[in-house]
Amino acid sequence: MSKNFEEQMEVLEKIVSELEKGDLNLDDSVSKFEEGIKISKSCNKMLEEAEKKITMLVNKDGEISEENFEA
Amino acid sequence: MKYANLAITVSDLNRYIKDKIADDENLNNILIKGEISNFKNHYTGHMYFTLKDENSLIKCIMFKTYAQKLTFMPKDGMKVMILGGVSVFERDGVYQIYARTMEEDGLGDLYTKYQELKARLEEQGLFDEIHKQKIPMAPKVVGVLTSQTGSVIKDIINVSTRRNPNVHIRLLPVPVQGEGAAQKIAEGIDFMNENNLADVLIIARGGGSLEDLWPFNEEIVAHSIYKSKIPVISAVGHETDFTIADFVADLRAPTPSAAAELAVPDVYEVQRKIYSYQDRLKMALVKKVELMKLRYEKCMASSAFREPLRKINDNYLKVDLYIKQLENKIKTIQEKEKSRYMEIIAKLDTLSPLKTLYRGYSITEKDGEIVKSKNDVKKDDLVDIRFADGKKQAVIL
Repeated sequence: MSKNFEEQMEVLEKIVSELEKGDLNLDDSVSKFEEGIKISKSCNKMLEEAEKKITMLVNKDGEISEENFEA
Repeated sequence: MKYANLAITVSDLNRYIKDKIADDENLNNILIKGEISNFKNHYTGHMYFTLKDENSLIKCIMFKTYAQKLTFMPKDGMKVMILGGVSVFERDGVYQIYARTMEEDGLGDLYTKYQELKARLEEQGLFDEIHKQKIPMAPKVVGVLTSQTGSVIKDIINVSTRRNPNVHIRLLPVPVQGEGAAQKIAEGIDFMNENNLADVLIIARGGGSLEDLWPFNEEIVAHSIYKSKIPVISAVGHETDFTIADFVADLRAPTPSAAAELAVPDVYEVQRKIYSYQDRLKMALVKKVELMKLRYEKCMASSAFREPLRKINDNYLKVDLYIKQLENKIKTIQEKEKSRYMEIIAKLDTLSPLKTLYRGYSITEKDGEIVKSKNDVKKDDLVDIRFADGKKQAVIL
């Protein structure tokens, strides 16, 4: 969920507006639709995929390690 | 007592002193600086404290009406500058300062240092809008530089997890005030960058005095933020405090929670947006298909399809019509020809040799040629004689 998430959202937005303009022929409309749905699903997946972690970087005599952090 | 009638009362004396002081213009408006001690913020809203320097002190009082206008909370040990007037509190026979305004003193030098550094960095372009990086819409890892104790990190975590339960927050604990804090903060920023440990950085601390916030005004922190490839959101001090870090950061948030809101997208909202896009896609396609259907139905409805036969029948009729017309035409032509033909026949009849043959004459031919004179033939010649009703052959004797 990072840079390409943003790019995918932008592509999705472009497809939606293109399709809504309505001047594509039927075949293009269908393929654009399928592409849009595919991208929207992958965006959704990226959102759900990320896994909750609250961690803290700890410097043990020069060695940096990462531990779970309880606020 | 001999002079008893001359003696004045305590009240008289205090009042006299009070009037004496009241008459002295200098004492009515004084600007005095010193260090606050045994400060008491009375429940009535009035403030009682003493102002001291190395070898002397004076009592002070700041009535509520003035106290509530202060932009900071005085506390013991704080160096301040006070504008007010001296007067006597007759009951206790004490002269004290009645403060009207108060400002943190000693900040003078810090404050000017802050102003100078701010101007210099601004001139170097560290604050320029074009250097500001965009905050990523959906960062994978949110780096946080603040103290590991205290409410700041708690607020950030609470807000972030509320907005996105699957967020990854990576805390790099740093001191947020006091000696060496700036160094640690700057190193922390560089460290996160070198190891690419976050997609966005939040640098935060709670409210405090200018001294408390000072590390965030240090130049090394400013440069680390400026150099940072990872976008930086600063949330330092109260909403009204502006540190140099805030000016250099890619985005300044008024509070740590606001910083978390700016860094972490509300997943539910983004998902709603995605679902709405899906709906709009579906609707657009449905509309398109309906449009096509309409056009198709319009064609189907057109007469050409509704009664395909009709068109064909029409054509048949036309064809028949044409045929009839043709036939008539032919008939008329035939009749015309026929009558013409009859005419000719009649004419031929009158001219025709057959008529003479009918009257008993005959035609003699030799080798298909009509014999017109006796010289055309000689003995034993084979000739054909044509009668009205046929032909016979004969030999010339």
